[in-house]
Formats: sequence, C-alpha cells, structure tokens
Amino acid sequence: MAMLTFEPKYRVRGGTLIGGDLFDFWVGPFYVGFFGITTLFFSLVGTALIFVGAAWGGTWNPWLINIAPPDLSYGLGLAPLREGGLWQVITICALGAFVSWALRQAEIARKLGMGMHIPWAYGMAVFAYFTLVVIRPVLMGAWGHGFPYGIFSHLDWVSNVGYQYLHFHYNPAHMIAVTFFFTTTLALSLHAALVLAAINPPKGEPVKLAEHENTFYRDFIGYSIGTLGIHRLGLFVALSAGFWSAVCIVISGPFWTRGWPEWWNWWLQLPIWGR
Amino acid sequence: MNRFNLWFGLSVATVLAAGFFILTFERPPVETVQSGYRGVALEQNYNPRQLNRLVAAQRVPEALEAADAEGPRASEIYENVRVLGHLSVEQFGRIMQAMTAWIYPEDERDPENTGCNACHVGGNFAAEGNYRKTVARRMLQMVQTINTTYANHIQDVGVTCYTCHRGQAVPAQVWAQRPANAEGSRNWQVAGEQNRPIAATAYSTLPSDPFTPYLLRNEQIRVISNTARQTDSDRSIAQTEWTYSLMMHFSQSLGVNCTFCHNSRSFAVWETSPPQRVTAWHGINMVRAINNEYIEPLRGEFPPHRLGPMGDTLKVNCATCHQGVYQPLFGTPMLRDYPELNPPPRRASLD
Repeated sequence: MAMLTFEPKYRVRGGTLIGGDLFDFWVGPFYVGFFGITTLFFSLVGTALIFVGAAWGGTWNPWLINIAPPDLSYGLGLAPLREGGLWQVITICALGAFVSWALRQAEIARKLGMGMHIPWAYGMAVFAYFTLVVIRPVLMGAWGHGFPYGIFSHLDWVSNVGYQYLHFHYNPAHMIAVTFFFTTTLALSLHAALVLAAINPPKGEPVKLAEHENTFYRDFIGYSIGTLGIHRLGLFVALSAGFWSAVCIVISGPFWTRGWPEWWNWWLQLPIWGR
Repeated sequence: MNRFNLWFGLSVATVLAAGFFILTFERPPVETVQSGYRGVALEQNYNPRQLNRLVAAQRVPEALEAADAEGPRASEIYENVRVLGHLSVEQFGRIMQAMTAWIYPEDERDPENTGCNACHVGGNFAAEGNYRKTVARRMLQMVQTINTTYANHIQDVGVTCYTCHRGQAVPAQVWAQRPANAEGSRNWQVAGEQNRPIAATAYSTLPSDPFTPYLLRNEQIRVISNTARQTDSDRSIAQTEWTYSLMMHFSQSLGVNCTFCHNSRSFAVWETSPPQRVTAWHGINMVRAINNEYIEPLRGEFPPHRLGPMGDTLKVNCATCHQGVYQPLFGTPMLRDYPELNPPPRRASLD
C-alpha cells in the first residue's frame, strides 16, 4: 500500500518543538516524542489519583465515584488533599495531559509538513475545559467553582449551575452554542449523505464525482460550497460550538449573577417600544 | 482603500460590541455563597455593587424610645379601642406614632390624608367612618397571627407593619388579577396571561399570574410525576409553566436562585433539598392565609382606587415582605423593639 512506502520517508528525526532528539522515535506505529512521554506521565498519574479518590470516597460504583473540588472558602489557595486538594492535583494532571497531546499532534504535523488544523481543533476542546476549571474559577475567586469529577456528580453540577441562573436557555451565548452544535450535526449529515449518494449510483452506472455533487447543491439551494469548502465550513461550525460553549459558561457568574431572562431587559427597555 | 475599509469597519464593530457588552453585562469580582457539599453547585451568586445598593435600601428606621408597660390600660382611658386595649397608655401612644411613620408619614402637602388623619376622623380619634381604620385593625390582628402562628416561616425574626409597608400606605410589591392579554387555548396550551415580562416572575415569558392559583387558591404546585413514565398523570405542560412561573417569583422575590431550596437532581425529593425549602413551604401556607383570611375579606371596605383593575384587593406575595432579600430587612429582628405588636397575653383558664 502507498502508506507503507511513504512511512519510511517521513519517519526521520527532527522537527520537534522542544527536546531535540529526546524520545524522537516510534514504537510500532506510534510516534512517541517528548510530549508523548509527558502525556503518558500525566495520564497515568491523574488516573491513579482518580483511583485514590475513589478509594477514599467509599464507593467503587462507577456511576457514583466523585472527586469534588474544594469548598469555596479555600478561594484560590490550595486545599488539603482529602478536601478538594486531590481535585486540584488531578486538574493539573488533566491539563498537562491534554496540552501535551495537542503539542504531540503539532509535532507530528510538523514532521509531515502539514498545517496545524488538527492541534488547533483539538485545542478548542481543551480551551473549553480550561475555561471550566481555570478561567471561570479564577474570575469568580475560588477553585470550588470547577466541576466535580464523577459521572453523576458532574451532571448534578451542570444542572445546578444552570438553575443558578433560573433559566439557562435565556443565556445568549448558550443559544449561539446550541445553534452551532445542531448546525454541525446538520452539516455533517448533509455532507455524508451527499458523498454516499455520489459513490453509490444505481447498478451499472459509474461512480459520480465532485461536479455531480456541486450540481446537486446548485439545483437544490442555488449554491455549492465545494469539496474543500465543506470541510472548512464543518471545522468552523464545530469549533464555534465549542467556543461559544466556553463563552456561555464563563459569562454565567463572572459577568452575570442574576437570572438569564432578566439579562434580556436591555431589549425590553429599548426606546423603540414607546409607551 | 479596501483594506482601510475593512479595518475601519472592524474597529467600529469592535467598539460597538464592547460597548454593548459593558452596558448589558456585569463584571467581576462577584460574591458566591455556598450552601451544599462542595462541587454540588448549590450556590447563590451576588454582584457586590448591587448588593450594597440593596443593603442601603433595607435599613430599618431607628426604634422609638421604649414605652412603660405599667399604668392604666388603653381600653380604660380611651373609647372604642378594640385590638390594642391591653397596652398601657404609653405603649398605645408609641405604637400609634410608629404606625404613622411606617405607613402614613405626615405629609405637609396632604395633611387631610396623612399622619393621624389618615386613619382617624379629624378631631375624634374614637370615631368610625374611615375605611383605613377598619383595615388597620384587621392588619394588626394579621401581624399578631403571623407572629404567633407562623414561626415556622418567620422563625425568631418576627414581622411588623414596616416589614411590608416601608413608609408607604400601599406596600411597594403587591399583586391583583389583571385582564388576559392572550386568548387561552386548550390546544396550544397557552395561558391567558403570559408573554408579559414582569419583575414579579423574573421577566420570563411564563404565565404572569401564578398567584391566583397558588397563593390565593390552593391548587397543586407539584407537577413532577411520582414514577418514571407515569401514564395516569393529570398534570400538563401548561400547569408546569404555572409552577415554573411561581418558582421564578420565589427566586426574584428573595434575590436567590433555584438552588436556594432545591437540588435540581430532583426538585421533588425532600431528602436532598436544602432546609430552606421547608421554610418556603410554610411561607406558601402563610401567604394563602393572609390573602384569604385577612386581605380579600376586606374587599368591600376599600374604595375602588385601592383595588386592582379586576376589582379584587391588592394582595400579598413573597415580594411584599422580602423585597429582593432572602430574609426581609436582612433578618433584622425589628419586632423585638415593638412588643406592642405581640398579641395580648392569654389568661390562664382558671383566672
């Protein structure tokens, strides 16, 4: 296969971000690299600490294991390990692993001479997590505003934080984020359907190519974004969904303390309504 | 030139967006009060700048100098004293003075209707004939009932006339029924009273009168099914919206959010709810009793301008006392300074 003849050409040392030749090699099909090692380190330590937290928590029921952040009274300081300090260390490990993973993606992309689209795209998800456990807690003045690590417990947190603002669907950034999420799935399914339709013609007919795809969409909605453009659009709507999710939570608290319905009073109070 | 247009357009848009953001949002630092276990997010969020304004608006007036409880009773000295006759003359004078300041402070522009003249016929304190005197008597009995019967809601803080009135004849936040602004429909599940964003229901598009069904009538507030996929539930989405509207009112009136009384994992389960929910439950009963036993029966006494547009009385909801604070007047136990408002001591049965 073509890949197999191509691989030896790029599997050469060099092009790393830091560390020079350190860990610049492959194990089987996997590139290791300096950031592969840091990813592994933070993942293993973080996961082990989650097991420590589970052992302290008194349940091994995977739904109920809960590693909670500190009380708000600890502010932005360190808490004792059993009172949220463990959550703080696990958060450091998680961020270490996520950021290492993005940098490993960047190194592989550099070796291949590709653009940095993949690390940036993955970085948006890391940014959303960073917003939840670092930016918003710092803006509100306590690590205790981070979300707990546990299947049920993080759902309770999401639900209660939503109800802290009475009706979260009135959050303008939440509205935008939800719209982008739905648009992402719509665009992906339209794209998938189009590709499958083009390469699955009736029996005996040749497979259809880009011109057929473009013509379908020009007939259908008067415009075809094209084979490359649909992927640009897909990346844009998907990353926008993640970005506005981060915005919708960071404005809840630091930039708005009341119910979200009340925020819309600026609209009700516009002078255009008269009396 | 195109480049210039682009940058110029972008900077104008940025300035406009920043201005919009600054004008419509708040900013850090914020204050948060945690009530549940860490990480459960049972928390109240406050903007300290707004909180300072609220605290300033909730100042309690300085108490009048205490009165001697000894001496002849008011009922022995004055004529026609029906509710406060058990007080000493000095106490009686003191509470009259306090009530005047709390409800009808003297106004030079309208001496006929303020100060003592607000409730009393000029020149004859004992005379009947002023509806305000009739209402004031009933309100005094109401204060006595609240302070003795509803300790489970008011706890050891107690209420006085000032808790609601705050220097005004009509408390700032009361409610009455209003004409429908939409046609009710069974098919569309639309309330006849909604899409009218008002402060009392936190500016939501929910039905804007949750008070008639729940704080005047005794309708079922709880709408959550008792089991998963309950098939015989008679509760509708429209009913749920009324309940949600009432809950929005609770939040807005107390300056708190849903997590003050509920862990949203289950709004229905008492075991996981913060204890404040019990206090609120007693409060619902208290408000129903106030509206049904004390305010609505006075409907015939009030002149038309003291009634709502549909002819019912101006009634009480959570905001009437709370006025945006989780404890009225931030829990200042004002009643302690006014023992005159306590009901007459009961006589021992063998006396």
